[in-house]
Amino acid sequence: MDVGKYDLNDTAIMQFDPKEKEMALTTKNLQVYYGDNHAFYDGSLQFERYKITALIGASGSGKSTFLRSLNRMNDGIAKVDGNIWYRSLDINSSAINVYEMRKHIGMVFQRPNPFSKSIRENITFAVKENGIKDKKKLDEIVESSLKRAALWEEVKDQLGSSALALSGGQQQRLCIARAIAMQPDILLMDEPASALDPISTLKVEETMMELKKHYTIIIVTHNMQQASRVSDYTAFFHLGHVIEYDKTKNIFTFPQKKATDDYVSGNFG
Amino acid sequence: MDPIKEKIQSKSKETRQELTGKVLSYSAMLLILLVVLSIFVFVASKGVATFTQNHASLKDFFFTTDWSPTAKGKDGRPLVGALPMIAGSFGVTFLAVLFATPFAVGTALYMTEIASKRGRNFLQSVTELLVGIPSVVYGFIGLNVVVPFVRSHFGGSGYGILSGAFVLFVMVLPTVTSLTVDSLRAVPGYYKSASLALGATEWQTIYKVILRAALPGILTAIIFGMARAFGEALAVQMVIGNATLMPKGLLSASSTLTSVLTMGIGNTVMGTVGNNALWSLALVLLLMSLVFNLLVKWIGRKGRF
Repeated sequence: MDVGKYDLNDTAIMQFDPKEKEMALTTKNLQVYYGDNHAFYDGSLQFERYKITALIGASGSGKSTFLRSLNRMNDGIAKVDGNIWYRSLDINSSAINVYEMRKHIGMVFQRPNPFSKSIRENITFAVKENGIKDKKKLDEIVESSLKRAALWEEVKDQLGSSALALSGGQQQRLCIARAIAMQPDILLMDEPASALDPISTLKVEETMMELKKHYTIIIVTHNMQQASRVSDYTAFFHLGHVIEYDKTKNIFTFPQKKATDDYVSGNFG
Repeated sequence: MDPIKEKIQSKSKETRQELTGKVLSYSAMLLILLVVLSIFVFVASKGVATFTQNHASLKDFFFTTDWSPTAKGKDGRPLVGALPMIAGSFGVTFLAVLFATPFAVGTALYMTEIASKRGRNFLQSVTELLVGIPSVVYGFIGLNVVVPFVRSHFGGSGYGILSGAFVLFVMVLPTVTSLTVDSLRAVPGYYKSASLALGATEWQTIYKVILRAALPGILTAIIFGMARAFGEALAVQMVIGNATLMPKGLLSASSTLTSVLTMGIGNTVMGTVGNNALWSLALVLLLMSLVFNLLVKWIGRKGRF
């Protein structure tokens, strides 16, 4: 099947009514360029608060590029045009203090990337830099973050030992704990389970279901079962375009576009 | 008989090649081992002779300051107080590394974190150039620039530990810098993205994450710099003043183990007490480089958290 045959401008993007639902983040005409390479075209998506939105699509579809643009991790790597609205502010503007902004829009990466510090220090690092020095308060944050990331029971007796001694799945949940220790509004997750075994994946997914009570989550995933299991909304990316955005149920059962249909049913590429 | 069966049971060109390769690399390894071992044995036997044949006292060697091996003290033992040279060697080494480390770490951070590719390549070439300059050239510049500078700005004759340390500072800078660059490059890139994604600034990331992760490597770089400074003879000899006296400060003429060795080895006869005493100094140098090596190994093992 020829992947180039789909009409990339024939799209079906769901629009929310802002009077009914509260949006955590909205992008408007987002474009990303790596040098001369136009990697992502015209993304206008709304992300509802306290929901999990999955971004799916083949490798090179631009979903990670899009995600990394949302908290300006592409600064210095790619040129990002367009608007990203967060609390009625365009955070893609040069006037934004990216360091402050990233405290509210956290990120978890594909590969677990704990620092070579102890478990406790991994969590307290950014919190301390943010000005909280009180030991009791720090201990509370460590405990509550680890509990929310469903890791507390496994590591509560070894908080002082190296984070690198944990298993891959535990490391990833530690990275989630580290991100939520900053009490962000939004968590961006870039294929957080793709480097993990099925059991660890399941744990991370359970963690995400818990987390959405408090956070808005946007997750990039290759794994369609994962998208259908955990997400409320799904956006399908193809060759740098968002082809379809809808409730996850609709994307997987009644996709409107042929490209989406082929992708979710495995007839793609 | 089955030809395949026959072939897989007999030797071929490949098995012979394999054997030749193994023999070659094993014998190269053995040769090196032998050379290192014989250097150690040779220096040790000569160096120990001062104490066994010439009956100098080991305690005097390390703790007294009279260095005139051909003369005898009141107790009838040769005067081999090497403390001035030991102090001189450690003095120039520590000072040089103390001066060099901040510059080396700063340069290395610039090269790995800030500079463009062109800037990095340029600095890389400069660093490599500094390594390639012969030490006599450094000594000559030291003699003509550093010594007058120290004389006019700090006082004294200009010869002394401070001048030696300044010259060594330039000489160890490239070593420490390039090894620090290596250790910073070895810090996984995802540490940086992890830290930035938590809202840390570039500076917080460098200071708290990258430097911390690279610390064992940086310590190793410093020790290699110390080993280089400790062993450098010619350039130091040209600016330190070469008085085998206990240094009274950073500005008085003094000497190092290496400078006394290079000055004296041509003026003594093999087998005499004067010659043996110099070998004892060489033994101290050799043992110190062993210590530096062990330190590097130890840090390498300790450093992994």
